Amino acid sequence: MIGRHISSLRVIAILLAMAFLLAACPAAAPAGDESMATGEEMAEDEAMEEEGKVLTILYWQAASLPGPYLSGGTKDQDAGAITLEPLANYDPNGTIIPRLAVEIPTIENGGVSEDLMSITWTLKEGLLWSDGSDVTAEDVVFTWQYCSHEETGCTASEAFLGIESVEAIDDRTIKITFDSPTPYPYNAFVGANTPIISSAQFADCVGAAAQTCNEENTAPLGTGPYRIIDFKVNDVAVYERNPHYHGDPAYFDTVIFKGGGDAASAARAVLETGEADYAWNLQVEPDILRDMEAAGLGTVISAFAGYVERVLVNQTNPHSDLGDDRSEYMDGGNPHPFLTFPPIPQAMSMAIDRTLISEQLYGFAGQPTCNVIPAPLHYVSDSNDACLTQDIDGANALLDENGVLDADGDGIREYNGIPLKISYQTSTNSVRQKTQALLRQWWLQIGIETELINHDASVFFGGDPNSPDTYQKFYTDLQMYTTGPTIDPQQHLSNWICDQIPMRDNSWGGGNIFRGCNAEFDALFEQLTQTPVGPEREALVKQLNDINVQSFYQIPLVYRGEVSAQLNTLKGVWINGWDSQMWNVGDWHR
Amino acid sequence: MKALLPLSLSPQIHAVGQYLVRRLLTIIPTLIAISFVIFAVLDLAPGDPTSALPETIRPEIRQQIRKAMGLDEPFPVKYGLWMRQFFINEPLSLIENAFDIQIGDGEKRLRVTSWGSRGVPVMDMILERVPQTLWVVGLAYLVAIVIAVPIGVVSAIRQYSIFDQVGTFISLIGYSIPTFFTGLLMILLFSVKLKWFPMIYDTNLQIVDWNSFVEQLRQSAMPVAVLGFFQAAILARFTRSSMLDNIPMDYVRTATAKGFRERYVVIRHILRNSLIPVVTLIALGIPAIFSGAIITEQIFRVNGLGALLIGAIQLNDIPLVQTVTFIFACLIVAFNLIADVIYGILDPRIRYS
Repeated sequence: MIGRHISSLRVIAILLAMAFLLAACPAAAPAGDESMATGEEMAEDEAMEEEGKVLTILYWQAASLPGPYLSGGTKDQDAGAITLEPLANYDPNGTIIPRLAVEIPTIENGGVSEDLMSITWTLKEGLLWSDGSDVTAEDVVFTWQYCSHEETGCTASEAFLGIESVEAIDDRTIKITFDSPTPYPYNAFVGANTPIISSAQFADCVGAAAQTCNEENTAPLGTGPYRIIDFKVNDVAVYERNPHYHGDPAYFDTVIFKGGGDAASAARAVLETGEADYAWNLQVEPDILRDMEAAGLGTVISAFAGYVERVLVNQTNPHSDLGDDRSEYMDGGNPHPFLTFPPIPQAMSMAIDRTLISEQLYGFAGQPTCNVIPAPLHYVSDSNDACLTQDIDGANALLDENGVLDADGDGIREYNGIPLKISYQTSTNSVRQKTQALLRQWWLQIGIETELINHDASVFFGGDPNSPDTYQKFYTDLQMYTTGPTIDPQQHLSNWICDQIPMRDNSWGGGNIFRGCNAEFDALFEQLTQTPVGPEREALVKQLNDINVQSFYQIPLVYRGEVSAQLNTLKGVWINGWDSQMWNVGDWHR
Repeated sequence: MKALLPLSLSPQIHAVGQYLVRRLLTIIPTLIAISFVIFAVLDLAPGDPTSALPETIRPEIRQQIRKAMGLDEPFPVKYGLWMRQFFINEPLSLIENAFDIQIGDGEKRLRVTSWGSRGVPVMDMILERVPQTLWVVGLAYLVAIVIAVPIGVVSAIRQYSIFDQVGTFISLIGYSIPTFFTGLLMILLFSVKLKWFPMIYDTNLQIVDWNSFVEQLRQSAMPVAVLGFFQAAILARFTRSSMLDNIPMDYVRTATAKGFRERYVVIRHILRNSLIPVVTLIALGIPAIFSGAIITEQIFRVNGLGALLIGAIQLNDIPLVQTVTFIFACLIVAFNLIADVIYGILDPRIRYS
């Protein structure tokens, strides 16, 4: 009897102990938070209650670090752009406008040398970091040294390629010298991906040491309208008004940059509940977004840069019987058995209803396009626009005329006795799979059978040289994804010259993924690298675009933008596809 | 009778002590094996942290970034480095921070740092997340226990009554509807339509006064309800079946025959014995509290450990995934041991031999 009594007490004691353990947790939560908070933060909280001018920005991908140099995601770049500034920004039209610089250097005003070998920037007078210290030309030089140091592992070092030196002529003048004539000298320090960082703060964080600079990496000093007061990794960043900002003081007392969750609920938080002011990159079914927008609280806005969703046509033979020689260029010795015959990919392009794809699948985020260089406007060719209209009959007629017929009556045409059966891969993503299904259906109507394949994005884009499923290896006949030119298309076009064909010998390192080699393209590209910004350069870009599209190396489908949402009460938002969406956050107000 | 007590207990305690030592010794190779498997599987898995970077970044630059992260080292080196960082450097840093002292050259000691947020020690990220997870998931667990046990008991005593039928029905719904669905449903109902609760969990909220405490309760209400409902459904079913196992037992009939009131028999005899497996189940479920509720945290933007893990997986942040997974493994091993010990203490029929 007593033994039992004791064990019952024990049960109760253990239950109680567990209850206490669990009950202790809530007590731990605020205590833990408090110890992390700084005095400034507490003051900030009080200010929030008093004035309540809080801007809440939702990114469904949380920022890993504020700034573009150690983490290459848009989320990180944008979290940085609220406080970090470059010398100049791009506006939504693709025009360069000065930020920390007095003006944009050109050949006319003497800022760019006649031989295209150097550019000289001048900083505005009296610039201060958010801790009140001076911004000098040395900070710009330091930023270059920091990012171009190999061991830093800088994710933005692309922008500094081709720079031989960056020197401080005096406190406010910076001279950048290139290692070869550079017709477009505005890659470095222009746009949110190359902002200026403080040399005093990051002096000990160059090279391998960058990996250990926890405090600096999570709280960089900035020159922008707001400054960071708290950064919780992969969760939330909090900013306050920067008292040392060089422009008009910002409107909001506090900016909260909250991450996590999913795109649909981020859209809902702005458009349906109004809890957040701005939600970024809403990859949500267009119909759902339209329904949410109908609630009347907010507006869906879209930004377009240069991204084109397109089908790449393999110019080499990817047949699995070839083993290691699959999709190897072999100096033109391994051509694709039928996709190199232009009428076939041309007919495939004609059979596509691009308007349907962009309206139904992309909605706010897409426009049909026939070009691989879709923007800025002065670089866009108009000679391919016929593809905007679907023409299945025309495609069938084209194949018939060229002798690509269905000889054995199985519904699939043959070319030189080879049935037109193609494999078509892309990354796993519902919009991409729906696009694949539509294209297969249209191609079936012109006698081409398609096998659809999809791979997880981290594998497909992962670049693992041991995986057969990467887009670089391209072991299928077609594949689909999106990339696009930056504001000056030279870098993007440089991928498509013959030297850039990926193969075993270069560990699949080139950007000419479709493995197409055209001597005329290479010659014109060479010319482009020596032509300064102006009408001549524009004409060259259009020609290069036309050669690529008309050789049917690539079949452009949709000009893709990014969709965001803002509350209707939020004013001053000017969504930008060429720069960070936060590029003018200092102008936002109610 | 009372004099018997120490005599009857001490051999058992002795046995438990021996048993504990034996189990603790076997834990060490177990954990080493687990750490190896976790490390190897993640290391061999396809994917690459630079794949999350924009596609415009050139292969050479990707290679530089990989090198800066230490990715190009051979597997044994990476594993050895991680073991040293995790088992020696991290505990040392933890002690330093806890007691504000300096052991050796703390500045130079390499800690396990994240690849996604370079320079940030993984442990700091984990510690930052623990309070939110314990609060939301722990509270949900507590709510679930408080609701589930009485429901289970009443359902068993009044088997096939209306209460039992309704309880069974609701429990079935509870554990067959996934939390992402109930979560979405609650957001649509309570945030969008009724506007009672916020749909974004504000992780910066500090509880300084009554109002902020109420705000904390408001923002926790939906995630706690979603998780609590799910947990309660499972626990209630378990309590009910455990009660049903005990009701036909001889000792129950004896107690009833002695003329005790039903309430006394139920609480002092049936419930006490029925709770033994339930308590074990609860103890085994505690590691799940720490691992967070990946989906629920994601839906409500609670920055807990589950959300940390899923984010790390998406970014291919291998050191973070390895460390978080390994900590979960440790917790599971530890609470398995605790559950075994509790079970033995509660049920005298179990002997540690």
